[in-house]
Amino acid sequence: MPDVFRETFEIASGDFASAGEASAKIKSILRMIGLDPALTRRVTIASYEAELNMIIHSHGGEMTVEISPDAVLLHCEDTGPGIEDIDMAMQEGYSTAPFDVRMMGFGAGMGLPNMKKNSDEFTIRSDSGGTRLDMRFDIK
Amino acid sequence: MNTYFHSVRLDRDKCKGCTNCIKHCPTEAIRVRGGKAQIIAERCIDCGECIRVCPYHAKIAYTDPFSDIGKFKYKIALPAPSLYGQFKNLTSIDRVVMGLKLMGFDEVYEVARAADIVSCAIREKIQKKKNLPVISSACPAIVRLIQVRFPGLIDNIIDLLSPMEVAASVAKREYAEKYGVSQKDIGTFFITPCPAKMTSIKNPYGIGKSSVDGAFSVIDIYGLLAGQLKKPGIVESEGETASVYGVGWANSGGEAAAAGITNSLAVDGIGNVIKVLEEIENMKLTDLQYFEGLACPGGCVGGPLTFENPYVARTRIKALSAKIANTEPSYDYAQKYIADGTVDFREPVKARPVMKIDADMVTAMKKLEAIEEIAKRLPGLDCGSCGSPSCHAMAEDIVLGDAKEMDCVFKLRDKVTSLAEQMVELTGKGKKETDR
Repeated sequence: MPDVFRETFEIASGDFASAGEASAKIKSILRMIGLDPALTRRVTIASYEAELNMIIHSHGGEMTVEISPDAVLLHCEDTGPGIEDIDMAMQEGYSTAPFDVRMMGFGAGMGLPNMKKNSDEFTIRSDSGGTRLDMRFDIK
Repeated sequence: MNTYFHSVRLDRDKCKGCTNCIKHCPTEAIRVRGGKAQIIAERCIDCGECIRVCPYHAKIAYTDPFSDIGKFKYKIALPAPSLYGQFKNLTSIDRVVMGLKLMGFDEVYEVARAADIVSCAIREKIQKKKNLPVISSACPAIVRLIQVRFPGLIDNIIDLLSPMEVAASVAKREYAEKYGVSQKDIGTFFITPCPAKMTSIKNPYGIGKSSVDGAFSVIDIYGLLAGQLKKPGIVESEGETASVYGVGWANSGGEAAAAGITNSLAVDGIGNVIKVLEEIENMKLTDLQYFEGLACPGGCVGGPLTFENPYVARTRIKALSAKIANTEPSYDYAQKYIADGTVDFREPVKARPVMKIDADMVTAMKKLEAIEEIAKRLPGLDCGSCGSPSCHAMAEDIVLGDAKEMDCVFKLRDKVTSLAEQMVELTGKGKKETDR
């Protein structure tokens, strides 16, 4: 096994009280490793959006950060209803978040577009059992 | 820069080694070792939070001795607007200006006047900034916090010098022109409500060398100045004065109000500011135009080197403001210093990655793995008894060689218990053998 640092975070459905804690932890890890601030910010934004999506839409899941000398990987896997129309979900401003969640300031329909925009590679798979996201951020 | 000057320091004799300061430090820059607090110089942002919470007054702020004004032929006082809120029954700001002159200053240039200039400059500059929200550069503790904890937000900071810096530079120029003297002979002295300002004179940001020559804390000059204010016949001031808006910078929200930005958010208290910076970093507030974050409760009036309760001071400043005739920052006056670049940063603010645990990334990852491993074994109570601010910080300290696992009182207790059990077991065995 080459040099890889890996840590997994459990994300609970509907747990708005802990919203942002996993991504804050990831950010602190990247800061301790000394990753470039701009890249750290991109990973932070993407991980925050992914974390919020799991809290809002899924029945819970896991987010794993994997750091190697050439890339940061984010893997998110949840169980839940999945995304019905991925193409629609990838459009800015499209949201299926319920009204109460939008009143909290979430669900602006920027989650997936922001993840794609901030990562160097982005893959998404989703079916009625849940969603799997893989993101790669190159370290130059 | 080899040695970074810090205003915030420890009075070892007064320190009892309690854990109040380590738990409140926003950058985890303090440890208790050998029964005394130690400040990690690279991490300290001089916010003064530890000064506020230390029950033994063992955390102190270095500011210059008042006798330093003697080093210059001509002496100019630069009073922070928060100074005006410190005096009961103060009828006008002019009295403070005259009081400072009676203390030995040749001239007084209100930092509030420079705040007027900066307010006008913000109005212009904000239109050109791409990263939203634009973040104020006025509070040095917040700028340092961003350098250390939020380096991804450095480009959001508005590239304008603080009113203190602008005041010093403008005051020197105007005095030199007016009296035909050399700027070298003029000393500018800031009357400061906080240690962060003192630090930013010695280690400025946005400019290589500060135009401010020294700083005296509000608390240090309080008695002397209050004595002057009593003297009769010092009501009138002959110079130009600051506007209501410039004076308003003393209070949280005053800066955005002065710059006329309605889509703004003002937050005071460093813990609150950190929470909002997290949101900004997560792109949650991109619809906001301006963010004014101030480390002290209430804004500069809540500085750790002030005398008066910040809420009382704020109300007094509002009452004094009602009497100020000058109700708009003079754009014509400001324009001169905006056009010639006096207000601008001369160099960019840089990230200070002090949270990095190793220069080599792979080594840092290995260390991080060890840290997480140790952190799992620790009780997770964050009690601070070991002298580190949290169990996770202690795990970091262990890996970086600054602590041992047995510094944890719970770990130690478990160890002692298990040793005691082993001893009982051993003596039990021994007894049986001798009984025979």
